[in-house]
Amino acid sequence: MTELNEILLEVKDLKTHFHTKHGVSKAVDGIDFTLRKGETLGIVGESGCGKSITSLSILRLIPSPPGKIAGGQILYKGRDLVTLPDNEMRKIRGNDISMIFQEPMTSLNPVIPVGEQIAEAIRLHQKMSKKEARLKAVDMLKLVGIPSPEKRAKQEPFQLSGGMRQRVMIAMALSCNPEVLIADEPTTALDVTIQAQILELIKELQARLGMGVMMITHDLGVVAETCDTVAVMYAGNIVEHASTQNLFDDPKHPYTRGLLASLPKIDEDRDELYTIEGSVPSAYNMPVGCRFASRCEFAQAVCLEKKPDLIEQSDGTKVRCWMYSDEWAGAKPTEEVFN
Amino acid sequence: MAIELNKEEPVIVTQTIDHPRQSVISNFFSVFLENKAAVVGGLIILFYIFIAIFAPFLAPYHPHEINLENKLVPPSMDHWMGTDDKGRDILSRILYGSRLSMGVGFAAVIFGAFFGITLGLIAGYYGKWVDSIIMRCMDVLLAFPGILLALAIVSALGPSLINVTIAVGAFSVPLFARIVRGSTLEVKQLEYIDAIRTLGANDGTIIFKHILPNILSPIIVQGTLRVATAILSAAGLSFLGLGAQPPSSEWGTMLSSGRDFLFTAPYIAIFPGLAIALLVLGFNIFGDGLRDAFDPRMKK
Repeated sequence: MTELNEILLEVKDLKTHFHTKHGVSKAVDGIDFTLRKGETLGIVGESGCGKSITSLSILRLIPSPPGKIAGGQILYKGRDLVTLPDNEMRKIRGNDISMIFQEPMTSLNPVIPVGEQIAEAIRLHQKMSKKEARLKAVDMLKLVGIPSPEKRAKQEPFQLSGGMRQRVMIAMALSCNPEVLIADEPTTALDVTIQAQILELIKELQARLGMGVMMITHDLGVVAETCDTVAVMYAGNIVEHASTQNLFDDPKHPYTRGLLASLPKIDEDRDELYTIEGSVPSAYNMPVGCRFASRCEFAQAVCLEKKPDLIEQSDGTKVRCWMYSDEWAGAKPTEEVFN
Repeated sequence: MAIELNKEEPVIVTQTIDHPRQSVISNFFSVFLENKAAVVGGLIILFYIFIAIFAPFLAPYHPHEINLENKLVPPSMDHWMGTDDKGRDILSRILYGSRLSMGVGFAAVIFGAFFGITLGLIAGYYGKWVDSIIMRCMDVLLAFPGILLALAIVSALGPSLINVTIAVGAFSVPLFARIVRGSTLEVKQLEYIDAIRTLGANDGTIIFKHILPNILSPIIVQGTLRVATAILSAAGLSFLGLGAQPPSSEWGTMLSSGRDFLFTAPYIAIFPGLAIALLVLGFNIFGDGLRDAFDPRMKK
């Protein structure tokens, strides 16, 4: 069991900023999390909250300039990836930390047979002859559940469906047995039945290979189905970090509550869904106080003046909200507000 | 509603990415073969290549064989294209000359394409100051009229066919570099390049295995069209006395030596001129056909 708890990835106060002519955009502004072996961490949030930038920062693939990791540490098994030289970093990518993308339609090279692409990924990190790599590629296709893998390996991407291509992407990402898999919205571009199959596949492979998985998504359904712990991101910060159970049973941050309240419920008949009023503050001009304050129904003076820290609660949930601090004097939210 | 959305999706996919290879293979031939002119162009090129390879078997006489008794014979059954002022058989000389002219054309383009593609890939992929430096140098090269630049290079290196090849190749470099840079910029931001990078590929692999094969079609089209220009330029330089030297049967040289007899024996200049014109025409219409066949907008 101790092996299962081994910390693979530890992100400490990561800051990724973009320097553009409009100013500095703080896309990721001081986030912390850890990922253990065999664990699935969900990172949820709306578009532009910094979740994809977080994953690209971990792999050091932020387009630079304008992007730059402005501070913090990304420890992979104790080694800081932020300061690693480029050639060392390349050995980490694919071999230790791998990633699958949202769009299987465009994530494969259109002119190379898929088996060949997987074989190439294998040969990037393992000394193997072309022939051996090709055989391993077929094995990988079998592993991700593609029928008649020998035949499929010779086909080019356009001959495969979206779901199959996502399977090929997964096969490529897993071909060197990475310890960490970052899945950046792996099911967003797929239709619902295929989504379930792909999630099932990721879960199954994770159990078999014992990877740590970072599941980046905006879909709370995906989180509920796959994740052990969840970090909710808002405007470049983590606002709530909880176990999946706690997040759904007892959401704390007003933003998380809003998100959950805005989901349609199967046992409820209503014409209009709950919406969170207002919009995300501009990344160029973040408020000094709580970033959600302008949209929060409970905001007090303190929320606008000072940014809250992540405060740990008795059930282990960490939440970035003044309401959960000792100083809070105002009313605590009740369920009614969101109904 | 849901069904409609699903129907729409594949359509978008076919237009944007689905898929270079598919359009290249299945659409290439259907569009290309329908373009009769392009097919004719291809046949002309094949015909010339055939001649160049089998010149020793096809030529009735030796190209350099001087026969002063038979000089300036007009076209006849013995000498289909007549003989020149030294009694050499013009047909034989043209047949042998095809080797020189086509050789120079292809070699110059291969030379130009090699450097142009490499520079274009580097400029497009790395961007920033690397791009600026490379492309400004290319702009400088482009600012010279091609033939003037070639003249300068040849006069610096000395007249010979090899130097003409280098000179003509040199002014193809910026043209290839521009096209390749543009296509590289387009391809390098595609998601599969990111995907292969997350797997740990280095720049060399990304550039040569993943970008280059995806930008081949504009390179092939440009290459074909450039061969025509290169043949013409090489012949022009030889005509000016900077390329192949007499008694070489290079067509430009033949044209040049025929110019003194334009009124008395016009066939000395006319036949090499026609040989050049027909070959250049062949490459041009073939290149146009290729461009149409590779163009996704011509897709059916």
